[in-house]
Amino acid sequence: MVEFWWSYAWPTIWIVIQILFIVVPLLIVVAYLTYAERKVIGLMQLRMGPNVVGPFGLFQPFADALKLMTKELIIPTGANRVVFLLAPMLTFILAMVGWAVIPVDEGWVLSDINVGVLYLFAISSLGVYGIIMAGWASNSKYPFLGALRSAAQMVSYEVSIGFVIITVLLAVGSLNLTDIVLAQQDVWFFIPLLPMFIVFVISALAETNRAPFDLPEAEAELVTGYNVEYSAMAFALFFLGEYANMVLMSGMTVILFLGGWLPPLDIAIFNWVPGIIWFALKVSAMLFVFLWVRATLPRYRYDQLMRLGWKVFLPASLLWVVVTAGAIVVFDWYPGVVN
Amino acid sequence: MIIQALVFYLFAAVVVASGVMVISARNPVHSVLFLILAFFNSAGLFVLIGAEFLAMILVVVYVGAVAVLFLFVVMMLDINFSELREGFLQYLPIGALVGLILAAELILIFGTWAVAPEAGQALAAPALPPDQLTNTHAIGQIIYTDYIYLFQAAGLVLLIAMIGAIVLTLRHRPGVRRQKIADQVSRRREDVVEVRDITSGSGV
Repeated sequence: MVEFWWSYAWPTIWIVIQILFIVVPLLIVVAYLTYAERKVIGLMQLRMGPNVVGPFGLFQPFADALKLMTKELIIPTGANRVVFLLAPMLTFILAMVGWAVIPVDEGWVLSDINVGVLYLFAISSLGVYGIIMAGWASNSKYPFLGALRSAAQMVSYEVSIGFVIITVLLAVGSLNLTDIVLAQQDVWFFIPLLPMFIVFVISALAETNRAPFDLPEAEAELVTGYNVEYSAMAFALFFLGEYANMVLMSGMTVILFLGGWLPPLDIAIFNWVPGIIWFALKVSAMLFVFLWVRATLPRYRYDQLMRLGWKVFLPASLLWVVVTAGAIVVFDWYPGVVN
Repeated sequence: MIIQALVFYLFAAVVVASGVMVISARNPVHSVLFLILAFFNSAGLFVLIGAEFLAMILVVVYVGAVAVLFLFVVMMLDINFSELREGFLQYLPIGALVGLILAAELILIFGTWAVAPEAGQALAAPALPPDQLTNTHAIGQIIYTDYIYLFQAAGLVLLIAMIGAIVLTLRHRPGVRRQKIADQVSRRREDVVEVRDITSGSGV
């Protein structure tokens, strides 16, 4: 019995505790991201943003959550019930499970797997299913159009994200996320790989269906696209999933290009600050870019979006993979590979 | 070990059950969704045997790309479900035959009988023992170092197939207006705007 406790039960409980330590702060971040978005865009448009519920409107996310929880969940008669309810859950779960491999400080990671980057790539490529399933199961034309747009868009931009990841891997020589961060101790990768950093950030906007690539939910043409028929908690799960995906993509950008938890300079004052604070600051900066872009840029036209993905980003990132690989071979910059 | 065995049977049972559902579900979209479930659980099986690279590639390629396109096509199809069922009995013998042949081959391979007992020794092992090498490195070693020419040849075959598919389906329709970004960017004010003095009362 004692052996059972120490070899099976206690590790399980410990992992559950760790998961709670990741998910609960993440949900709070997501809640305040919605607040930050309304506040930032409000200030950029010379409005106040939410300012009624609590001091500076800080309790607004909780008011919204309570409202959504107490509303009625409506399932359309023509809908495919199981898939209709599965879709929001899938979106939300996929946005959460990616965090299992994100290191927020050295050693502060739930699962330090060898193929961390591929795992993140796989999880983010699954995100499209929530949207397709929602669009199809709603049995209604606007959601379906939104879902089709979203599927095509996410599949297209995944290709260039894949090549960007390959360039980073060439420079690191490992697929482990902790190794990727530690490889940036001398210089953060956004300096030597600047073009890829730009491609990655723009592709991240497209991958999360954010403005200026928010065609799947273009409210002027598709009402709000794939989630028209959803209400109450099902809608809230989509919303949470979308924002959690933004946080996840920001985290990925920070790890791949902005040095993860590393301080900007290796000097004493910066080193006193814990790594998790640097990580949080960098993620916040990336999230601010997401919001800033939404307040600044008009929406792309769909054919231009596809052209940008396939005819500009794909050749550019492919070329940069060749350039990086060539530079590593010519200058003998092989990263620390095992053999 | 008990936990691992339990997890294995869980994944394996889900793979088999969802495989059955792929061919028996009435709605083709449900079939594709079950196919995705099967892929996903197969990835879980790969992780269990320690092949995490293959597991992730399976999810990225099959679930993330191939199945999305399947789902795309199947959702757009206008299928009459009862018509689909009609040919079932007619095709049953052929299907059963193919299944039987596959099952027999699998039994032959995994049973005691071996075609060439000495063939196993000819396989190239990774340069370092597995405990010093992650399996991503091991796979890279084998396909990009030991068997690079065969691997590139396979890639070329696929490339030709892809070009062939594009050539077969490409058609140039006359009278279609396309946006030419280069033309738009290189447009200058002098080429398109003309300033004229017009006396009042007369047209251009």
